[in-house]
Amino acid sequence: MSLPGFPEAAPLAGLAGGVLIGLAAAVMLLGLGRIAGVSGLAAKAVGLGGSGIARSGAWMFVVGLPLGALIVMLASGGIEASFASPVTLAIAGLAVGIGTRLGSGCTSGHGVCGVSRLSGRSIVATLTFMATGIVTVAIMNALGLEVL
Amino acid sequence: MRTALTSIVSGVLFGAGLALGGMTDPARVRGFLDIFGDWDPTLAFVMGGAVIVMAIAWRIVPRLPEPVFAGEFHLPTKSDLTPRLIGGAALFGIGWGIAGLCPGPGIAALVIEPAAAAIFVVAMLTGMAVVRLFEGAAS
Repeated sequence: MSLPGFPEAAPLAGLAGGVLIGLAAAVMLLGLGRIAGVSGLAAKAVGLGGSGIARSGAWMFVVGLPLGALIVMLASGGIEASFASPVTLAIAGLAVGIGTRLGSGCTSGHGVCGVSRLSGRSIVATLTFMATGIVTVAIMNALGLEVL
Repeated sequence: MRTALTSIVSGVLFGAGLALGGMTDPARVRGFLDIFGDWDPTLAFVMGGAVIVMAIAWRIVPRLPEPVFAGEFHLPTKSDLTPRLIGGAALFGIGWGIAGLCPGPGIAALVIEPAAAAIFVVAMLTGMAVVRLFEGAAS
């Protein structure tokens, strides 16, 4: 199914993926009583603070991410993806690492778990990173910087 | 053991959802952020689906005396809007926009494009370590 006016959009796959992400976060919330925030769990796994979960649990969650992607990859016969150059990825990764620790979360912890809880902090954080993400892409496009 | 099992189930579901929803493709993520250009609304459906399911989960929480596999809930209690929160979120958004990757898809993409994803993940962990270092120095 495609969306009128947006031939490249994949609304059904997006919705199905979103439901799976929601279920994943619900398993963490109702099962262990914790927020499924990827930046906090990744930090915890490598011993850099973050989530209060046991470190082994953080590792299990983090290892599960590529496993889940692998299942989709095998089931669908491949995943389309193009990535930026090493230098661009390094700069972006640094900003994401510093930003998510200072901001106490990322798209999952704030954007999914916090927004659905109507947390004021998460709503403000989500609006902020969406806004700077939009402005960043707009500026890069205006400058003709193609990274992918 | 129950923590480990629950965590890996959550992680696998999460990674599958990211891949299925297109979040592991930086071009799709940047297309979503490109609202002034050739906008791709797919990620709005990902966000919407995830938020709807979690909104239901949050309504179940008050009815549970404790989590199913743990002794108690550990939920964020902060409510103050600080410059640190907003500045951090702003910087995160810039990084997200530059390469089209946030932490979950970056880690999940390790099976899709290992070299590229590894550079992003190592840089991200380095950034986290920098914050940790300064916090340690400040306290």
